Amino acid sequence: MKILVPVKRVVDYNVKVRVKADNTGVDIANVKMSMNPFCEIAVEEAVRLREKSVATEVIAVSAGVVQCQETLRNAMAIGADRGILIETDVELQPLAVAKLLKAIVDKEQPGLVILGKQAIDDDANQTGQMLAALLGWGQATFASKVEVAGDVATVTREIDGGAETVAIKLPAIITTDLRLNEPRYATLPNIMKAKKKQLDIFKPADLGVDVTPRLTTLRVDEPPKRQGGVKVADVAALIDKLKNEAKVI
Amino acid sequence: MANLVIAEHDHGSLKAATLNVISAASAIGGDVHVLVAGHNASAAAAAAAQVAGVSKVLLADSAAHANLLPESAAAQVVAVAAAYSHILAPATAYGKGVAPRVAALLDKAQISDIIKVVDADTFVRPIYAGNAYATVKSSDSVKVVTVRGTAFAAAATSGGSGTVENVMAVADSGLSTFVSAEITKSERPELTAAKIIVSGGRGLGSGEKYREVLTPLADKLNAAMGASRAAVDAGFVPNDYQVGQTGKIVAPDLYIAVGISGAIQHLAGMKDSKVIVAINKDPDAPIFGVADYGLVGDLFEAVPQLVAAL
Repeated sequence: MKILVPVKRVVDYNVKVRVKADNTGVDIANVKMSMNPFCEIAVEEAVRLREKSVATEVIAVSAGVVQCQETLRNAMAIGADRGILIETDVELQPLAVAKLLKAIVDKEQPGLVILGKQAIDDDANQTGQMLAALLGWGQATFASKVEVAGDVATVTREIDGGAETVAIKLPAIITTDLRLNEPRYATLPNIMKAKKKQLDIFKPADLGVDVTPRLTTLRVDEPPKRQGGVKVADVAALIDKLKNEAKVI
Repeated sequence: MANLVIAEHDHGSLKAATLNVISAASAIGGDVHVLVAGHNASAAAAAAAQVAGVSKVLLADSAAHANLLPESAAAQVVAVAAAYSHILAPATAYGKGVAPRVAALLDKAQISDIIKVVDADTFVRPIYAGNAYATVKSSDSVKVVTVRGTAFAAAATSGGSGTVENVMAVADSGLSTFVSAEITKSERPELTAAKIIVSGGRGLGSGEKYREVLTPLADKLNAAMGASRAAVDAGFVPNDYQVGQTGKIVAPDLYIAVGISGAIQHLAGMKDSKVIVAINKDPDAPIFGVADYGLVGDLFEAVPQLVAAL
């Protein structure tokens, strides 16, 4: 069984982004870019399934600008066997990405697609579920534990009230939550090896997918700034403030 | 023009988040209808019909919806979607599972986690962990939207006079089956609906200390209990306690952060709280940058003192 792992290049999670002065977006010039953390967890899970001989091949796929090749090399350094880039300068929205991924799934016929539950830039949390719908497949989102046996994946999911376990018929979609695994560090030999792995490049038109955005961002604003308040000297002063100033207790 | 709200419910009653979505739907304008896809769910449908602003409830009652699985739920929404210009769901684990499937099946974009309705096509939503607010306009004929509950007041649970109409339920998708659930049992208010939240971080050191130190405070204040990602990752508390960018988004009247340093991902989940209190021994912790009242000190001394004095 092949596993397909889509990965996204995003602003590194340690960077605090700034809104551009003209309110057209956030400033990402000269900002450190990394693989979306949830995608890293997805790559790790796929590689573990191959190491357990559940999967035979792990294919990383990314969509976006030419620099996404670095993200794919990164996935291959963690252990993905090869990479596919769908290269475009168009701003890709989740529905367009899901359609591109469907085209790759049709080509590669994986038994499982593992994605991050959300990207930390647009915080959309849509692509996996959209891909599942386009393929007519089952989905297990927010996974914290995955077990594959035969043509069924049993997945424990993090939900609002606790945890839920579902069984999904393969082929299927799984999206990762934070506690599914802890991704390994790519070692230097593996980084070197990754440079030699196969990386194929397509354009959206090669896949017959229209990626025109459906949503237009009219403007981007700073959220209202929260004023830091005061430091209180002790517990008595804190209680006084809460009772008499804030009036919340 | 009519708006369809996908209800989150437990068959017997509506989940609180549904009420916030109904408010968002009312803000768009036009009739508000609610879809209840459940099993033996007439009580939830009746409750939805009573909610202020709701004119019609569609009840799809079937064993196919017994476990609220997203594949069948999305198919059910699509089956009734033709009449609607807007389809709205709560931005909860349930809504996030269903809404993108609906959008893809209808070939529409989805707008996630809206915090404001500008007009029928235009919405504001947070991006980059809430460090920026994007105003987005949709060119699609149908808008599929998820709603951040804390940004819209809950609609009143009475005053509505909606009719309940039974609709044909879709067949079970057969794609997934429910195995089991481990729902955290608690007498406390639900985290996303609580007026007061006591939240703990890595500074507590262990699950035992988390419970020993924070439980008496939460009991005194009738508060919900939350945690930072660090505390959840370290196993102090289960995942459903997590407040933050990828956990729960909360906005209580009072949020007491104990031993939480205040990573931007945590702040993203709680910075809309009315009053924030931080107790931390590190005077430079970023949490003090958003706290209305900061107490620099040893939490193991300060919290018991606070409990004693309340």
